[in-house]
Amino acid sequence: MRTSTRRSHRLVAFAAVAALATGLLAGCANDSDDGSSKSDGGGNGSGKGKTTLTIGTFGVFGYKQAGLYDEYMKLHPDINIKENVTTRTDVYWPKVLTRLQAGSGTDDIQAIEVGNITEAVQTQGGKFVDLGKDVDKSQWLDWKNAQATTKDGKLIGLGTDVGPMAICYRKDLFKKAGLETDRTKLAAQWKGDWAKYVDLGKEYMKKAPKGTKFVDSASSVYNAALGGGSERYYDKDGNVIWDKSDGVKKAWDVAMTVATSDMSAKLKQFDKPWDQGYANGTFASVACPAWMIGYIEQKSGDSGKGNWDVAAAPTAANWGGSFLGVPTAGKHQKEAVELAKWLTAPEQQAKVFAKQASFPSTPSAYTSLKPAADTTAYFSDAPITQIFADSAKTIPVQYFGIKDQPINTALTDVGILQVEQKGKSPSDGWNAAGKEIKDVLGQ
Amino acid sequence: MTNPKQALAQPASSPDAASGKQPGAAPGADGRGAPAGADSWRSRLYRWDMKASPYAFIAPFFLLFGAFSLVPLLYTAWYSLHDVQLSALDHQTWAGLDNYKNLLSSDFFWNALGNTFTIGVISTVPQLMAALGLAHLLNYRLRGSTVWRVVMLTPYATSVAAATLVFTLLYSWDGGMINWILHFFGVDPVNWRESDWGSQFAVSSIVIWRWTGYNALIYLAAMQAIPTDLYESAAIDGANRWQQFRHVTIPQLRPTILFTVVVSTIGATQLFGEPLLFGGVSGSKGGSEHQYQTLGLYMYDQGWIIGNLGKASAIAWSMFLILLVVAAVNLLLNRRLRKSQ
Repeated sequence: MRTSTRRSHRLVAFAAVAALATGLLAGCANDSDDGSSKSDGGGNGSGKGKTTLTIGTFGVFGYKQAGLYDEYMKLHPDINIKENVTTRTDVYWPKVLTRLQAGSGTDDIQAIEVGNITEAVQTQGGKFVDLGKDVDKSQWLDWKNAQATTKDGKLIGLGTDVGPMAICYRKDLFKKAGLETDRTKLAAQWKGDWAKYVDLGKEYMKKAPKGTKFVDSASSVYNAALGGGSERYYDKDGNVIWDKSDGVKKAWDVAMTVATSDMSAKLKQFDKPWDQGYANGTFASVACPAWMIGYIEQKSGDSGKGNWDVAAAPTAANWGGSFLGVPTAGKHQKEAVELAKWLTAPEQQAKVFAKQASFPSTPSAYTSLKPAADTTAYFSDAPITQIFADSAKTIPVQYFGIKDQPINTALTDVGILQVEQKGKSPSDGWNAAGKEIKDVLGQ
Repeated sequence: MTNPKQALAQPASSPDAASGKQPGAAPGADGRGAPAGADSWRSRLYRWDMKASPYAFIAPFFLLFGAFSLVPLLYTAWYSLHDVQLSALDHQTWAGLDNYKNLLSSDFFWNALGNTFTIGVISTVPQLMAALGLAHLLNYRLRGSTVWRVVMLTPYATSVAAATLVFTLLYSWDGGMINWILHFFGVDPVNWRESDWGSQFAVSSIVIWRWTGYNALIYLAAMQAIPTDLYESAAIDGANRWQQFRHVTIPQLRPTILFTVVVSTIGATQLFGEPLLFGGVSGSKGGSEHQYQTLGLYMYDQGWIIGNLGKASAIAWSMFLILLVVAAVNLLLNRRLRKSQ
């Protein structure tokens, strides 16, 4: 009996130690994704009186990859740059909001996604430095500046990239399905209406190569079509008009045609299986804002090389894009403004484009844009620059609202997903999205 | 022979005897040079030290607890009575019980509560039963028993994120291993993430996988503390292995089982990481029909995705109240069990 209690003691001790150790391990594993380790408030970090500037970004901005930080530090030996990256915007933005309001803990430069820019303009306008006086505003697309300007005329963010729309498609799969493969002829076939693009999907499915679908998801078609309409979820006075909006209705109808047919691979964008879909070539086309180019090249890998091509989208549209703002809570505002100006200048935007095809928001860069040679080869020598530039110049001005992002999620990840994956009727999907939006708006 | 009680009483009574002397005369008689007030000061200090020191030693915990648990808890209560938006933290308008009323009339809240309950049941019940069975098996003399025990604890040692990622791939609609196995039995591919019961089952399986070994070890430790003579006498009475398990092991484990039930229930009520990561992009919705949105996810969705912190705080407090009710029920059960023993 004595031995048995002693053994149980030992067992308990072992369990306790193991529990502690795993707790520590788990803690490490969870933190690594966060990547928001603060430097010493930007103080005199390393060595002889250097100023450390921190820049908070999400996803892949490409500045580091394009070597811009190193270049700037070489030009300004007294400046040290540290980037704090958070992978996902829905994790990044709430953190920024709370820090802005607390007046501490912000980075010297804070990136803002277009889906959040209206919230920033309308609720955090006073927490950002007015950049309008320091830059030549005419460098940027007018609608890009308008999105980041407060009611009293303050410019709180400098435009980085924009997301002009195209269609990326697999030439090889189109050919097997007996469709046209020439990019200009394809563009002519669906010009003016996303419904025509979807009609082509029906053609594709008649002779679809085994195991492939025409498009990745109904939601991607929805987002692309919505980005080309003149109305989204809010009118220009800030009233919610989602259920009356012409743009939403048109995009919804097109998405419903996709969701209720067999042409969708029924994937959720930015999910692991979506990445695998690129790698395995399970869908033949995807709505393709400029930033998607780099993503496809990376995820589709060698198997997609030379098989992908790019054609103009049915309508000019914008999807995504970001801004750089300088919080007033920062300790080195003057230096931060200089860096933000430099990073968003046409020459630097062109360098990021050359690295990962993020499309500049500064039209003067368009004439000199050269994508990387690899990228051009990957996409069958398509004139990427020209296709995106044409789209960027004719994008309609759209008004965003404070809850734009959650409303969009309600329509795509509740409404459309229910129809696409749970077999609900389009009207059920619409009502479910409506109920969700009511909840979002606190009605 | 002195009885231990007397022995204990003696030192306690001696100061009394000393103070029985004339207070004023005592210092002089002792021959100590200390002034009259010092001794009482010192003894007061001593008494104070005896009384206060334990509190001082545990104070750091309570300071931390106060700063990082109690204050946020109370602040959350304050928030829950206001209309607070994430983008305007300084503009709080008094809302009274509106947030709670809103919750009680919200289908999403009741749905989340129901999901939390069903996922809790289908994850906790099989998990604890399996743990009990495993512990019983490990309690036999086994070759390399330490190895088995360590192996059992490894799922617990993986992070939620890593485990969930692997499970998400296993449950993937096309190309997932589970659907691939099912197809040998002629079952059509199941869309695990979007089906109502499939998604709850999938989330539960992650929880079961992670926690079964942990609970089994707790049971095992308790089993080894059961006196062997109980089994011997049961064997003499002709009880077979199953009867021994049923009539000796289980009753002896009762307090341990109750403990694991309580811990698992608390864990199930707060279930968050597994469903969030299982959902992937916009995982806080818990599926397009919120089919696996737990209370934790609903709170996160309201507070950080939608930005309605007032309502999120009300959800947090509702969860807290639910846990209090669970604890009360557990206390009652515990008392009832103790009486019946």
